[in-house]
Amino acid sequence: MSKQEQQEVQQEGCRTSRPSPDARLVTGAEAVAEAMRQIDPDVMAVYPITPQTPIIEAFSQYVADGRVHTELLLMESEHSALSAVVGSALAGARTVTATASQGLAYMIEVLYIAAALRAPFVMAVGMRALSGPINIHADHSDVMLARDSGAVILIAETAEEAYDLTVIATRLAEDPAVMLPVLVGQDGFITTHAAEPVRLLDDALVRGFVGEYHVPYPLLDPGRPTTQGAFSMPDSYFPQKAQEEAATRQAGGRFLTLAGDYARVSGRELSAVETYRTEDAEVVLVAMGSVVGTMKDAVDRLRARGLRVGVLKLRMFRPFPEDALRKEISPGQLLLVFDRALSPGSWPPLFLEVAARIRGNSCRSLVFGLGGRDLSVEAVMTVVEGREDLPANAASHLGIAGGAL
Amino acid sequence: MPRFGESVDRYLRRELLPTVWCPGCGNGSIVQALAMALARIGREPEDVVVVGGIGCSGRTPFYLATNALHTTHGRALAFATGLKLARPDLEVVVTSGDGDSLAIGGNHFIHAARRNLDVTLLLFNNAIYGMTGGQAAPTTPTGSRTSTSPGSGSTERSFDAVELAMAAGATFVARTTTFDVQEMPLYIERAIRHRGFSMVEIITQCPTYYGRLNRLGEAPAMLVWERDMTGEPSDDQHGWKTGVFRDDDLPAYGDLTGQNSVRTRA
Ligand code: SF4
Repeated sequence: MSKQEQQEVQQEGCRTSRPSPDARLVTGAEAVAEAMRQIDPDVMAVYPITPQTPIIEAFSQYVADGRVHTELLLMESEHSALSAVVGSALAGARTVTATASQGLAYMIEVLYIAAALRAPFVMAVGMRALSGPINIHADHSDVMLARDSGAVILIAETAEEAYDLTVIATRLAEDPAVMLPVLVGQDGFITTHAAEPVRLLDDALVRGFVGEYHVPYPLLDPGRPTTQGAFSMPDSYFPQKAQEEAATRQAGGRFLTLAGDYARVSGRELSAVETYRTEDAEVVLVAMGSVVGTMKDAVDRLRARGLRVGVLKLRMFRPFPEDALRKEISPGQLLLVFDRALSPGSWPPLFLEVAARIRGNSCRSLVFGLGGRDLSVEAVMTVVEGREDLPANAASHLGIAGGAL
Repeated sequence: MPRFGESVDRYLRRELLPTVWCPGCGNGSIVQALAMALARIGREPEDVVVVGGIGCSGRTPFYLATNALHTTHGRALAFATGLKLARPDLEVVVTSGDGDSLAIGGNHFIHAARRNLDVTLLLFNNAIYGMTGGQAAPTTPTGSRTSTSPGSGSTERSFDAVELAMAAGATFVARTTTFDVQEMPLYIERAIRHRGFSMVEIITQCPTYYGRLNRLGEAPAMLVWERDMTGEPSDDQHGWKTGVFRDDDLPAYGDLTGQNSVRTRA
């Protein structure tokens, strides 16, 4: 880097990431546990799994110290944990859980049912690679398993975002137009275990924001008994799935509204799609999760070299925020879509979503960081500088011998 | 009987030592005992498969020069079932923890026992989830502190693996501890020689989590604690009685259908 570049990067760094004086240094897992303490759910049902476990450990301490009124269920597996969550949510209790990787894989059967039964709850996910081979590090393969479950999927870049999204997710899950599970993903270890400045809100603000939960159709209302999960023949199955799909779609609009409410409380804007220096960009990096921070640094450095490049971050993967995405993309921009997951035999998941929505833009697909492999600022810069050589007919696997880069 | 360090080398992958386990962990003693049992039986390492689940105990197969299969959390016995039926000529030993076998894999545990599947389960019971950082397990004694039951400790009742195995139909059931280093390999040997489902529960020390959170001291103090908890049968609800509780000769899974005839493929 030249001196001038360095100076510019430093200035940018100061402008974009100076911690606020009221921020506390906490990990992403601690931030989510703190949000859950403030939300004070009625029930939490969990099973330990790395790298989510610090969330339930911190929360267990809150239970032991009497700082929450939550009933903590230490279940015998994730499958049982999510089953208990669904029972609890349907009975009318405000319910949360947390998991990762194989744990989410094991929950998947129940997650589809949870969405179909319109059971609202928040699930924190410490996003981690799937076995095999067994690996405990950051990767988005686990949340991609939930892609078609009907659940809402939100993904945080930072610990603070994980905190914010957990609070918003509580309202979103319980919104009468939604009534669905909401997953809040943060990158395993990179975000769950690294301490960052987080501006935690006052307990009263969070409690006021989430309010009381009024379940519209409680299972346990003797005056108005309901049957849930009944067998469905072809005449009713499809219409029910259509209703469920409509609810997932509606979650997009409801998120906008709730994020607006949250901005008034917190002073923080959390749109489904966020851009960084894309206004005049010729190249736009599209990504989700913690890597976006790396990309912002790369963008600053590349701009110092005269390259017009920006980042587009998605905080929401389900429902896919297609209108917001289209609004932020200008014709002619080259989109480099970075996926931290594979879909063997097809294109990676985020790329597929983006490519399906875009007209008049070229897109290139890049897969990076599987199983926790780091993507450096320099590597992002190399990709952007070598963009002309990226193949259009296949995804490039970054850092793999035989890959394009 | 081989002495420590003697004639067990061909069953161990010494090049991988020291193990990944914490200093003072009891799992190393179990690896040693398993190697001694295999040496006494004299099966070739290539005729033995050690199947591990997920958790600290799941790492056991790596340290043995036998065939090794590392599976998913709770499913070691299910993987072993398929393996044993496809290759009845192999000796199949499953190393699995209390969380692995009694929580997430509890179903496979009771059904392997019910079928009297001819495999040996070494159940490493450290009364906690070690690998994920010391959370309460279904074997955590009531009142014990864990990272998910801080303060006044676990309020749940715990499983007795021996009672469970017997009730489910296991035909060889024993319990020992890592304090009993003389007895442990003998029980493992008997379990492997036994035809049918054999389970040896081994109470093993986790100084890092169970010991620290319950103020039981370092590994040597925990071994003394193990001795005291298992000495004379007592009414103490946290006590573990040791010994061989069942050793019955009943048809193993597949015996009646002839599925256990040895098939070899060229
Ligand atoms: S955490 Fe406990 S069981 Fe696991 S290796 Fe360490 S001492 Fe052994």
